[in-house]
Amino acid sequence: MTETPDAPGVSAEVVVPSGATTIPVLDVRSGMFGGSGSGDTSGYGGLVRTIELPPPTVRPFGGWFDEVADEVGLALADDGLTFDEAVIHTVVDRGEITFHVRPEHLLAFLRRLRDEPGLRFEICAGVSGVHYPHMVGAELHAVWHLVSVTHNRIVRVEVSASEQHPHVPSVVSVYPADDWHERETFDMFGIVFDGHPGLTRILMPDDWVGHPQRKDYPLGGIPVEYKGATIPPPDQRRSYT
Amino acid sequence: MDDVTYETSFDDVVNEPPLSGVDSDAFAGTYDTTEGGRVYTVTGQDWDTVLAPDAGHHERVVVNMGPQHPSTHGVLRLILELEGEVVTEARCGIGYLHTGIEKNLEYRSWTQGVSFVTRMDYLACMANEAGYVLAVEKLLGIVDDVPPRAQVIRVIALELQRISSHLVALATGGFEMGALTAMTNGFRDREEILRLIEMMSGLRMNNAFIRPGGVAQDLPEGGVEQIREVLDKLPRQLDGVPQLLVDNGVWKDRTSGIGYLDLAGCMALGVTGPVLRATGLPYDIRKSMPYFGYEQYDFDVVTETSCDVYGRFLIRIGEINESMRIIAQALDKLEPGPVMVADKKIAWPAQLSIGGDGQGNSLDHIRHIMGESMEALIHHFKLVTEGFHVPPGQVFSWTEAPRGALGVHAVSDGGTRPFRVHVRDPSFNNLQATAAMCEGGQVADVIGAVASIDPVMGGVDR
Amino acid sequence: MGIQESLPSGVLLTSVEWAAGQGRAASLWPATFGLACCSIEMMSTGGPRWDLARFGMEVFRGSPRHADLMIVAGRVSQKMAPVLRQIYDQMPEPKWVIAMGVCASSGGMFNNYAIVQGVDHVVPVDIYLPGCPPRPEMLLDAILKLHEKIKVTKLGANRQAEITELEEIALAATPTSAMKGLLR
Repeated sequence: MTETPDAPGVSAEVVVPSGATTIPVLDVRSGMFGGSGSGDTSGYGGLVRTIELPPPTVRPFGGWFDEVADEVGLALADDGLTFDEAVIHTVVDRGEITFHVRPEHLLAFLRRLRDEPGLRFEICAGVSGVHYPHMVGAELHAVWHLVSVTHNRIVRVEVSASEQHPHVPSVVSVYPADDWHERETFDMFGIVFDGHPGLTRILMPDDWVGHPQRKDYPLGGIPVEYKGATIPPPDQRRSYT
Repeated sequence: MDDVTYETSFDDVVNEPPLSGVDSDAFAGTYDTTEGGRVYTVTGQDWDTVLAPDAGHHERVVVNMGPQHPSTHGVLRLILELEGEVVTEARCGIGYLHTGIEKNLEYRSWTQGVSFVTRMDYLACMANEAGYVLAVEKLLGIVDDVPPRAQVIRVIALELQRISSHLVALATGGFEMGALTAMTNGFRDREEILRLIEMMSGLRMNNAFIRPGGVAQDLPEGGVEQIREVLDKLPRQLDGVPQLLVDNGVWKDRTSGIGYLDLAGCMALGVTGPVLRATGLPYDIRKSMPYFGYEQYDFDVVTETSCDVYGRFLIRIGEINESMRIIAQALDKLEPGPVMVADKKIAWPAQLSIGGDGQGNSLDHIRHIMGESMEALIHHFKLVTEGFHVPPGQVFSWTEAPRGALGVHAVSDGGTRPFRVHVRDPSFNNLQATAAMCEGGQVADVIGAVASIDPVMGGVDR
Repeated sequence: MGIQESLPSGVLLTSVEWAAGQGRAASLWPATFGLACCSIEMMSTGGPRWDLARFGMEVFRGSPRHADLMIVAGRVSQKMAPVLRQIYDQMPEPKWVIAMGVCASSGGMFNNYAIVQGVDHVVPVDIYLPGCPPRPEMLLDAILKLHEKIKVTKLGANRQAEITELEEIALAATPTSAMKGLLR
């Protein structure tokens, strides 16, 4: 992805401790057009931008989101949990709700979402991995999207894990559909799903080393040869982000 | 000493005193346990007595229907454990077409991403684009700003794509089960649809037509008449495959009761699309969570209750008819207007047209940006090279591709490139049902079951 | 391989070459190696509209043992490359390869970790056919060009001479990225 040329005095690493309700910062970028080291007299080279993800939302969430959150909270009480114990924070953005759940309570949370009559999120649309290299301590995120056929709704459940301990509980016991999706997320990101019946590589050859969709894994292209010139592969070209 | 000895003289065997492990049958085979192993003495008609003490010895027969196979619907590897003709275990080996599209998307602008996403499920190219573009438009917040003409053209394109995709499903399904003329009929009919798609977008396949904000180009002159003409003659022409196979005794015998997956199985495995509708549940995202204006069209959700390959086959035929209905209604809804969103900072700047050397930017547009408007030139340059910026956040779009529910999870970091795009392809999910459908059945039924799931390996492996 | 190997260069060998070329080109049997989008266009080419049967090629053999032509149609991933080589090895001589589409010719738009950047890294290619995907007419054109190529294939002693000559030319040629000054 992008190179972040560090301007002097600006660190590109930001820490988001789990449990904090501060605005999750994705990245701090300096300069524009991805270039550095040139004689830039425009002043854009000294630009420093903080990329912030949408902030956690406080209650009321609006619409049917409150209904869902209340019902989950009530149901979790039967498991001896409160809503705030299970959920770190909730984000309501662009008409969608995301529950950031603690890994140890993930299975209980999902089981309630699946089984409670007012919730009934029957279809799990798979797990998607995301790698945020600048969120030190919570770099690898696993995102589940749950679809309710009965009530015609979609919610998102997100869990984070650090690169040093990339373990997340496997959801296959609750949603068997997640089997191959978890294998793919393991293959591509290295998130180990504890309790998965057979966590092996699924898309890459079995003896492949590395997890290709992480941000620190190169795109792996070769320079393109033209008559009289060579163009570098896409990840080594100028970036405009 | 380890060799098996064969007694050729009947008299010797009969007159020999019985050894251990032998019953009193005169024809029974005998064995002698020596330090080198068992030494068998056999004469014929005695296999059951010879082998009976060894009943625990069981060999697994594992057959690989390798990635290169005419009937496995693409580069799918089926690993089957067989007990005679019965499949006791079925596993899918996938990943033979893994292209790294999702990682590639992180190095291209949001609009260029359309060209990549279109190559995932390569039989329903614009369905992939629709899911991706819906996610990008949700991130941008312009879902309601897309002009109505663009929405109608999108619906026409998607339904044409659905007809062509179902025709390939019927054609290849028939071909893999041995009905070769189903393939020739299906592909002949598909050529008409491809001609329309080419008229609309310029390409038969992998057309990067649906773009964030609208569509790449407007319908050409005479386009509506051409579509109507084809729609008029299509029902009679499309009768080829149905006439061959519907209520055909041989076809029904091969496909009824095969690949059974009921509602509980579908829900457990997250299966959507024709496989789910074959169980009787009328779940169609175009009806339940409509997008692109689908709520304005009157169409039925085709369901069957047989949960088998034959039911899914009938559903696909029914969906072709429903798609034709939708296209007819959409053609009546077409009003003149723009086909790209009004916001010049997002809209793809150029309208394409056919020039002297093929398809490219229309000359009117070039005259405008070079001679008339500096802003237009700047917009064109910045949008094509850099792309538009998308505010940070994540979004999930849920659309109905011909094979099932297509989910796109898009994460933006505020830049011109996607931070992460994950496409939940319906075939990837549905293919997990192979084991449930095939185990306990026969080898030939595995082909039928996989053909009825209709996986497209480009979508499965991405 | 037969009489061709023992004949010296001359009129007799040329006549045998001509006859063998005509025979081989008349009904090439393709092996099914459809991988991705290009395979759909390949199936369309075998379909009724763009009929491959008029060239004797509608029998796509499932088994590589029966095939002479491998049309690599689609992108070859890292996992598929050994399979590709194995199928190629299983085909008996004489055999030809068409790299159909840009992904087979050079990796195409997928310049990344997962795709082999051109199947000529794995198998020797006779015809490269660009396009994404190439239209059926383009595939037919490539097949006809291959027919022309097959009809002039040299055999035996002539082939050895041709191989030596081509090798010398290739060793002395400039690499593509060093071909400067072409725009003047």
